[in-house]
Amino acid sequence: MKNNIKALTEIIAPSSYEMPVADYLEKQLKGKGLKISRDVMGNLIARRPGKGRKIMLAAHMDEIGFMVKHIDKNGFLRFTVVGGIYPHNIVNTRVKFVSGIEGVIGIEEKDYKYKDILPVSKMFIDIGAADKKAAEKIISIGDLAAVKDDFSDMGSRIASKALDDRIGCYMLLELAKKKIKGNNDIYYVFTVQEEVGVRGAKTSAFSIDPDLAIAVDVTSTGDTPECELMDVHIGKGPTIKVKDNGLIVKRKVLDYMTNIANKNKIPYQLEILEHGATDAYAIHMTKSGVLTGVVSIPTRYIHSCSELIDLDDVKNGIKLIEKIVEDDIKKKGF
Amino acid sequence: MLKELCNAGGVSGNEKEIRDIIINAIKPYCDSIKIDKLGNIIALKKGNKKSGTIMIAAHMDEVGFMIKSIEESGSLKFAPAGGIDPRVMIGKRLLVGKDKIPGILAYKPIHVQRDDYKNIPKVSDLNIDIGAKDKKDAEKYASAGDYAIFDTEFEKTGNLLKGKAFDDRFGCYALIELLKKKHDSSIYAVFTVQEEVGLRGASAAAYGIMPDYALIFEGTSAAEFPEKKDLADFPKMGEGVVITISDRSMFSDRWLLESAQNVAKKNKVKFQFKQPMIGGTDAGVIHTTGKGCRSLVFAVPCRYIHSPVGYADMRDLKSMIKLGELMIKEINKGAHK
Repeated sequence: MKNNIKALTEIIAPSSYEMPVADYLEKQLKGKGLKISRDVMGNLIARRPGKGRKIMLAAHMDEIGFMVKHIDKNGFLRFTVVGGIYPHNIVNTRVKFVSGIEGVIGIEEKDYKYKDILPVSKMFIDIGAADKKAAEKIISIGDLAAVKDDFSDMGSRIASKALDDRIGCYMLLELAKKKIKGNNDIYYVFTVQEEVGVRGAKTSAFSIDPDLAIAVDVTSTGDTPECELMDVHIGKGPTIKVKDNGLIVKRKVLDYMTNIANKNKIPYQLEILEHGATDAYAIHMTKSGVLTGVVSIPTRYIHSCSELIDLDDVKNGIKLIEKIVEDDIKKKGF
Repeated sequence: MLKELCNAGGVSGNEKEIRDIIINAIKPYCDSIKIDKLGNIIALKKGNKKSGTIMIAAHMDEVGFMIKSIEESGSLKFAPAGGIDPRVMIGKRLLVGKDKIPGILAYKPIHVQRDDYKNIPKVSDLNIDIGAKDKKDAEKYASAGDYAIFDTEFEKTGNLLKGKAFDDRFGCYALIELLKKKHDSSIYAVFTVQEEVGLRGASAAAYGIMPDYALIFEGTSAAEFPEKKDLADFPKMGEGVVITISDRSMFSDRWLLESAQNVAKKNKVKFQFKQPMIGGTDAGVIHTTGKGCRSLVFAVPCRYIHSPVGYADMRDLKSMIKLGELMIKEINKGAHK
């Protein structure tokens, strides 16, 4: 479990460059009786065909990152962000380009008073190049990078970069490999470009047109010192989303999901997320509308290089989704 | 033609004048021309080869103003349509309404201001003055819902182009020129409405067409004001067509992006890159339409876009048309599988 999660989080795959994650997943999904395809956006879709209702499960492969916009005369790279980067999280961190080139994020020291948060326009990436000419040999405008950091094993809890949303990818991967009871037509969708506007979910949901969709992603918590109020704690179970900025879960879906969890004695928490949205935002407004829910893994320090989760929540999340996809949802009115 | 396109009025939501000009221009070269319910022109030019559905798109609308109400004094209250910096509005000549009544985007003279001129006025504090003596007089010439455009005559001096609405009449011009050429594949040329207020026309047009490939032609900002710092590479006038790697609305398709660079190099078409993750275009909604489509944006670098007058270089526009033509061929070859 940990090895797989570690390997997934270590892949550098900022939005629009998700291929390495897709390749990693596809390798493990092969030979498991799934129909595997990729669409023009780059979404990886693994289908376990069935005669019953169509269920779409979605987790996004992309992570937030950086894009080079300028190489200055001394070989420093000015960059722009891809997705929701918090400037205070990245000063002096290390980054890795999709090409493998590594660098450090520096900041204009003169303006940096160590307590102010400066915008990324005051930062640069130092790839150790002697000058512009040397830098241009290995970097060009538009090159993509993400933070580079390692995996911390704390026992039941782990910390890593990109758990948003490689943990969702891991959960779908485990589910896709399993033999699922029942006859639902299940689509395991590993989406692209979630962090820049849920773009991959939009096109994949359009082609699938599911009867029920569940996005699997991370969510914030309210369990660290002096944090914002939120009734979600790591280790107390995966969350079943009630609402975020992109979705209000239909009562029918919410009741169905909580009933399944209660019936199977799977711990869960109800989630009301005040900032952010998930792939469900695009999915639920597809075509004539899709009944959509979200299962999230409570995660501390989201969008930093040290996202922290509890693996019990992951295990229970997998269990909850498994119980849903093997249920005869047609009978439940989907 | 370019002059006619740039001088024509066509503020978002009021694209009839520019649409009529374009339809007249493309009629001889298309197999069918349709105006859809939102007002987009969807023109089909048939070819003999099947290579997936190709859509080329440019937006007809320009930024401008809509009259909201008429004051007792006879001056007009307005709302901007699209993003215009209030600092470039003040003191400019406008043409108001269907009859293009001349007006001025007025502001009080320096003599009657104290330190006011140091502040940026709010758009809501500005008025359009058409010289009416009171409300009744003004109502003879204008009413709420009328549109206004900048009163700017197109000029060409050598390769230097001056005028308004380069964003995106350059794209419209490129599409017209591309329709005149022979292509092996069928092409849908789409002249969209309401790009400047939220990519609205493109969304409906793309849904109707469901393209496999989309090439979007645009005007983009060239920032060559005295640059103090070694911080950015904005596109420069005269340095070639601008290729978009990414903007706020999309990442260009990797295959199209690489093909465009290769083809441009091979054919000696000058090109440069747009600054990543800035701005957005119709491609934003087109590329996620239906099951998704491979999209790429080309643009002509223009100084001072979204203002009364911009500068651009004719050679960049020609490069954009050339690269567009080459890319249609490239898609046709089906190099991508």
